[in-house]
Amino acid sequence: MATKKFMFVNRKSPYGTVYALESLEVVLISAAFEQDVSLAFLDDGVYQITKGQNTDGIGQKNFSSTYKALGDYEIKKLYVEKESLEERGLTPDDLMDLVWEDEDDDWAEKPSIILVNRAEMADAMAEQEVTLSF
Amino acid sequence: MALEVDGQTIELDEEGYLVDLSSWTPEVAKALAAGEDVELTDEHWDIINFLREYYDEYQIAPAVRVLTKAVGKRLGKDKGNSKYLYSLFPYGPGKQACKYAGLPKPTGCV
Repeated sequence: MATKKFMFVNRKSPYGTVYALESLEVVLISAAFEQDVSLAFLDDGVYQITKGQNTDGIGQKNFSSTYKALGDYEIKKLYVEKESLEERGLTPDDLMDLVWEDEDDDWAEKPSIILVNRAEMADAMAEQEVTLSF
Repeated sequence: MALEVDGQTIELDEEGYLVDLSSWTPEVAKALAAGEDVELTDEHWDIINFLREYYDEYQIAPAVRVLTKAVGKRLGKDKGNSKYLYSLFPYGPGKQACKYAGLPKPTGCV
């Protein structure tokens, strides 16, 4: 099967709607088909990968830690929009440390998060063959 | 479906996976395996324990490809291949090992 460039665009906060979790599940499934998968986090979607979330009060499963498994699934390109962070008073330090391990480099951990501005995000989207928005 | 282990009734779904993941014990794993005529060896337990740790850390059961790579890293290249894993879990390392480990069916596994 030919490899296509897939981008999953995440625009909503993680809880309150089912979009974030549904996106994450589709991402993990798509990875099994060995496509060139990237994720984009913008608008309230940046909250999906912020640190220190606690879902005890809402009785939902906390799936934050599942984003840390993306590297195992060969998903190494997580584009995060700087403007979306700034508009919410967030900085890159508020995001989880998401990495992938390079098997060819003695399993060295390498960062998966790619900070981009709005124009760069548009460029990254324009390169895709398939874009799925959640 | 249900399973009797040490006088406790363990509820299973229609495919034989635990309904309540917290009801798992090593005895449950042995009973699930015995139901499929499998006797668990240390080699099986290496994989089962790895899966449980993975689930605890990431809240998902890893896909077979991810499992294979991770086993290769942790237990050595000679074990990180599908031939070895299928020799332990002939019904599919993802499905069968996750079942014994008391995890849900791996995401993306059909």
